[in-house]
Amino acid sequence: MLNKLFANSMLETDRGGQLLMLLLTTLLIVVPALNLLVPQGHFLHIETYTITLLGKYLTYALLAMSVDLVWGYLGILTLGHGAFFALGGYAMGMYLMRQIGDRGVYGHPELPDFMVFLDWQELPWFWQGFDMFWFACLMVVLVPAALALVFGFLSFRSRVSGVYLSIMTQALTFALMLAFFRNEMGFGGNNGLTDFKDILGFSLQADTTKVGLFMASVVALILGYLTCRKVVSSRLGKVAVAIRDSETRVRFIGYNVANFKLAIFMLSAMIAGIAGALYVPQVGIINPGEFSPLNSIEIVVWVALGGRATLFGAIIGALLINYAKSWFTIELPEVWLFALGSLFVLATLFLPKGVTGWFTDLSSNKKSNRNKGLSTKENAS
Amino acid sequence: MSNNSQLEVSVNSASVLTSQFTDQQIGCAEGVSVQNDQGFTAPLAKQLRDNVSQLARRDQVFEFLKPPHNPLIDTRHNILLYLEGVSVSFDGFKAINDLNLYIKEGELRCIIGPNGAGKTTMMDIITGKTKPDTGQVWLGSKLNLLKMDEAQIANAGVGRKFQKPTVFECLSVWQNLELSMAGTRSVWSVFRAKLSGEQRDEIERVLVLIGLQDQAAMDAGSLSHGQKQWLEIGMLLMQKPKLLLVDEPVAGMTHQEMDRTAELLNSLAGDHSVVVVEHDMDFVRSIASTVSVLHQGSVLAEGTMTDIQNNAKVKQVYLGE
Repeated sequence: MLNKLFANSMLETDRGGQLLMLLLTTLLIVVPALNLLVPQGHFLHIETYTITLLGKYLTYALLAMSVDLVWGYLGILTLGHGAFFALGGYAMGMYLMRQIGDRGVYGHPELPDFMVFLDWQELPWFWQGFDMFWFACLMVVLVPAALALVFGFLSFRSRVSGVYLSIMTQALTFALMLAFFRNEMGFGGNNGLTDFKDILGFSLQADTTKVGLFMASVVALILGYLTCRKVVSSRLGKVAVAIRDSETRVRFIGYNVANFKLAIFMLSAMIAGIAGALYVPQVGIINPGEFSPLNSIEIVVWVALGGRATLFGAIIGALLINYAKSWFTIELPEVWLFALGSLFVLATLFLPKGVTGWFTDLSSNKKSNRNKGLSTKENAS
Repeated sequence: MSNNSQLEVSVNSASVLTSQFTDQQIGCAEGVSVQNDQGFTAPLAKQLRDNVSQLARRDQVFEFLKPPHNPLIDTRHNILLYLEGVSVSFDGFKAINDLNLYIKEGELRCIIGPNGAGKTTMMDIITGKTKPDTGQVWLGSKLNLLKMDEAQIANAGVGRKFQKPTVFECLSVWQNLELSMAGTRSVWSVFRAKLSGEQRDEIERVLVLIGLQDQAAMDAGSLSHGQKQWLEIGMLLMQKPKLLLVDEPVAGMTHQEMDRTAELLNSLAGDHSVVVVEHDMDFVRSIASTVSVLHQGSVLAEGTMTDIQNNAKVKQVYLGE
């Protein structure tokens, strides 16, 4: 039945993608309906708090997918994707700061609170334009893409790869974290950007806005998935896998490997930036902690647990681990880090292909068992 | 009736078609659809439009005008590859020492030599992986290979098979060949790329040539060692190179497989220049017309296999006499 629904689309042979699309579309319709239409106190009612939490997970899922695109398909183990996520978040945060206007604590008509506190007289040049939503949206993708371009150009040209590249990505996000911690940078220092009031004129405290942001996250994840799937199933995706398998071979066939890596790396950075931009209005704060190397490593754990090079695996991994994290930090807060650690160890030991790999193995085993059963029956009769 | 058959012949030529189109309209009884040889019916107007739009495309020249190889390869002097006075040293060790080598167009040349003679380093230099300290490397008399990177050299028409078979293990045999196909190389065009009917035929042809038509959908990683070697040769062919550099093509092959490979390489010479590096003397004897012996980074002797076998210097190097 599912196959019929997706016949002739690019998801025709992508079972996991079909299920995912179905799930996300259901979420998109059902969750807002249960929140807005079902009266509070009814057992089907979904709290706005839960919706915001879900929305946050979905932005993480989008981020995890962008990591899967470069790690799973291109073979670059990036330990710094949190940087692109945070940059997208900061771009959105700057827009939200400018929307505060004179409602800040100090009531300055133009300057955000932290600038007044630092005794700055006028808006720095890089804050110009962020009062316009379209400009901020543009920066959400352009700034991560530009960083990916510079970083990728330098490292891919000089053919840094493997563990050295991973360490460099880690250093990149660490350096950015240190830079953003400084007050002189003009991004609010260690407090970051917070105290947001409204987005596009809608109050961020209103339930409808929160539901709207949740829906935007779902739509972004759907579009992001389709984009990545399109790339991965095109010949470009095959070249990416080829680069992962044997980079020199690709080069001797005549492909300029650096350009291909750069293109996919930039696309991934842009998707991560969008995820960050959707994350910030839902959690209400962005600070340099988001650049922390630990965050970037955690994303890799999500992807590894969900299953590499599947795209939907990354999404499942991100949702599972973050749900577990929320549950543990509420129920057994001191156990969480141990649980995460053992989860990673157990996953590498027993689920080398991740949760999705385990499921596909399981279903194919079932199928072959059924076939075996059939043939033995036939033989018996 | 005669009118109709003429039409079938001239579907591809827009100008003739236009005149036919008017004829057809005058004596038209069957309507405007044309049945062509392949047995599919297409509305005449649509075919006409397709043909005209093909001619009007400004981003490509007509099919028959396309040169089969890079137009810059100039082999007027009948020599495809020049290596002149090439030297390269790694940490003081001279891997290649004043090497001079000329490969004629369409020639099948074997390079033999003891371990460490610089055979693989020579291939690295030709394909741009290693830059020599001194010397000149030219493809034809116009392309300076020292000024190009690996991808540019590959696109100019130099294909290389590695010592260890390197195919893309996670992709199917078909996809391996598809990626190697000459043509689209920029990121965007690769993203948009779709296989045309001719390209499919080309892949099928190579599949038959390398004897892997039944394994087309299999992952390349699950092929046997010999099949991987062939697949890699097939990938080279898809690149349509002028010069094929083949490093130890029969390592780990059975005798039957060796014979087939010899046959394949022999059939390639003529259209392509083929340079084979090989240790297996029986194999070299079975394919080579000319053999070059490399020793300590330069050419020790050159000639037919018999000449080489009777050469005193070669005997000394190989047998230590």
